[in-house]
Amino acid sequence: MTPALAARAPAVPARTGVWVAVLAISMTFAAVAAAMIGRAGAAPDWQQFRLPPILYVNSVLLMLSSGTLEAARARLKHATPARAIGGSASQWLALTLGLGIMFIAGQLLAWHALATLGLFLSTGPASAFFYLFTALHGVHLLGGVIALVYALHRVRQVGPAAAGALGAAALYWHFMTCLWLCVLLLLTIRL
Amino acid sequence: MPDTPRPPLTQPRETAAKVSELKHVPPQTFMRKYVFSVDHKVIGKQYLGLALVAVCTGMLLSWLMRLHLGYPEVAIPGLSTVSPNGAPGGVMTPEYYLSLMTMHGTIMVFFVLTTAPFAGFGNFALPLQVGAEDMAFPRINMMSFWVTLAAFLVLVAAFFIPDGPPLSGWTAYAPLSAVGKDAGPGQGMGQTLWAISIALFCVGQLLGALNFITTTLDLRTKGMSLGRLPYATWAWFITSVIGLIAFSVLLPACILLILDRVGGTSFFIPAGLVISDRLQPHSGGSPLLWQHLFWFFGHPEVYIAILPGFGIISQILPAFARKPLLGPRVFIACLAAIGFLSYTVWGHHMFLSGMNPFSATLFSVPTLIITIPATIVTLLWIGTIYGAKLRFTTAALFCLGFASVFVSGGISGFFLAQPSIDVQLHGTYFVVAHFHFVMGVAAMFGIFAGTYYWFPKMFGRLMNETLGKVHFILTFIGVYCIFMPMHWLGLHGDVRRYSAFTDEYMKGDIPLHKFITVAALFTGAVQLIFFVNLIYSRFKGPKATDNPWQSTTLEWATTSPPPFDNFGGHPPTVYRGPNEYGTPSPSGDYAPQFTPEPAGR
Repeated sequence: MTPALAARAPAVPARTGVWVAVLAISMTFAAVAAAMIGRAGAAPDWQQFRLPPILYVNSVLLMLSSGTLEAARARLKHATPARAIGGSASQWLALTLGLGIMFIAGQLLAWHALATLGLFLSTGPASAFFYLFTALHGVHLLGGVIALVYALHRVRQVGPAAAGALGAAALYWHFMTCLWLCVLLLLTIRL
Repeated sequence: MPDTPRPPLTQPRETAAKVSELKHVPPQTFMRKYVFSVDHKVIGKQYLGLALVAVCTGMLLSWLMRLHLGYPEVAIPGLSTVSPNGAPGGVMTPEYYLSLMTMHGTIMVFFVLTTAPFAGFGNFALPLQVGAEDMAFPRINMMSFWVTLAAFLVLVAAFFIPDGPPLSGWTAYAPLSAVGKDAGPGQGMGQTLWAISIALFCVGQLLGALNFITTTLDLRTKGMSLGRLPYATWAWFITSVIGLIAFSVLLPACILLILDRVGGTSFFIPAGLVISDRLQPHSGGSPLLWQHLFWFFGHPEVYIAILPGFGIISQILPAFARKPLLGPRVFIACLAAIGFLSYTVWGHHMFLSGMNPFSATLFSVPTLIITIPATIVTLLWIGTIYGAKLRFTTAALFCLGFASVFVSGGISGFFLAQPSIDVQLHGTYFVVAHFHFVMGVAAMFGIFAGTYYWFPKMFGRLMNETLGKVHFILTFIGVYCIFMPMHWLGLHGDVRRYSAFTDEYMKGDIPLHKFITVAALFTGAVQLIFFVNLIYSRFKGPKATDNPWQSTTLEWATTSPPPFDNFGGHPPTVYRGPNEYGTPSPSGDYAPQFTPEPAGR
């Protein structure tokens, strides 16, 4: 309700919707984090374990994917009908998708690494929260993958006109990257 | 005192309609039109239909409970057929009573008090009131309804499994809700179904809130600044924000509960817990954690149920008082204050949980503070009708009834907000009376007011006013007969959740329980008048004009019922706020939002 709104760009519901989703998902993860802190203080049965090193590789992959996504957006922004940079944008986008899927595969490998150590969901609170956090993040990231597939489809169809859809998908994707880094920090420091 | 016309706070949003990605082609097939519809008006009606089925189910359960409370020895015909284990010979076991109570509470809070005033009326009216063609994400909107319906079906499926429904209350307190079958019949599969159902419900409502917020922010028509939004839309908007945060917390809480039940984790189950002579194979969990997570959702949920009612009343009352709402900005500020404060008071549900008494004080203070905006809102309504020539339509009567039951129930809240008094009263019928009045009956009256008010817009026909008034008067008397005596019962020590008061000390209260039972049966039966009115008016009611109540908001600018795209491809332009009643204008004694300024203003 400020005069500043008067100069605002036309509303893009998809973008607003993603911001609303960001609020909701942040709240969900905050609730699980609060539960983790509460549960850790409730009983002396917390047994911290060393996180599988592959998680750090995964993190780098995910951060890279955010970079490639921005590259795709930049290519799309500077595309003109004369210069068919839309194609190059979709290549960057496909690369982003590939990195995202590699991240999810890497997370599954991390699960496998824990399982071989005998750490399962029910083993203890530390492993339970590890599986819970990674699963929750993975499910939300899959949503991002679907959004990117849709954006890729749009870019191939309509070129630069897909900037709105891609922007909304990118916002969500970057949020997923930030969220993962927060989750990783939370799992590493262990109270 | 009408608002002086002001220029809109934001620039006109001509682009809003263009950026909406949905192409509004009316659906052709029956399935697309009425079943898998993306039209917000159909989805709103679907939600209201679901709430109607749910409220009948919930009321039936309350009848069974009341019959048992009033007449503990008497067999209820047919009940042994429904549940041979729960009611052998027709007399229900205490466990079965708890099952009925759990299902009654869950169905009523989630599938009636949330779906009807928020999702039902909100879906129907919000896009119309902001001048949009539809919600921002119509497909997500459709998904929201179908996920909610699935949640309802999963919940009622608990009646049809061998162990029966869960019995740990609508709050599903851990560890009893987390340990499984050892905690009693229904705590096996039934409780798992409960947790899955509520998790699904959260998803449905989150998708709904996403749509409400985005639509309000992005799809307002030309001239519809935030300052000109109708009050009901404000209420739905603020409720969506509350819901977005609350359901985002309940969802992971339900996931943790499900994992404790089926995944072998120990989030909520402490070490060394013995239930039904069996040591539970869990360690280190915190039952209090569930209560914190649940009530962090649970208290805002109370406002999710009641704030849409606030908005509906604040919109309807001025239309029948023919006076502007007193202090519209104060009203919106109060809604926002309630929304914020609702997140600071959850601990007042946990005064008995053994938490630190200092925390109890911490939760008690904002609980008392939140009564201030709630009281102001009520005073604004009274100020609005002061000196007005009120048109006593059924909708207006239900608005007055809303104020009455909200105050009656709210006053006991002052007592319960104090930990020292709450410790005595929390486990008794005093609390039952309190929340049924302030949240249950008040929200129901809001739903009734909304139904009588928007029915002409929904179906193009007016409801029968005589039947409506009889319905109001009998319901109003009935609810007071049910819930007023419960205060006394609570002060006298009648404990909540007891299936019968047959021991020596409590026996003296049975006549009062009988009275309440008769009142409950009567009030429930009275609702048949409402059903008859709904069905009769749907087909035989007098045809409604576009704006039968001479209201100011945009839904009355279009035909009754509105076309698929709401305004026939010509979204209205908004010229003023929604509060211009008692203003001489070419339209009469009011100035709708959608007519240009009269000359000379």
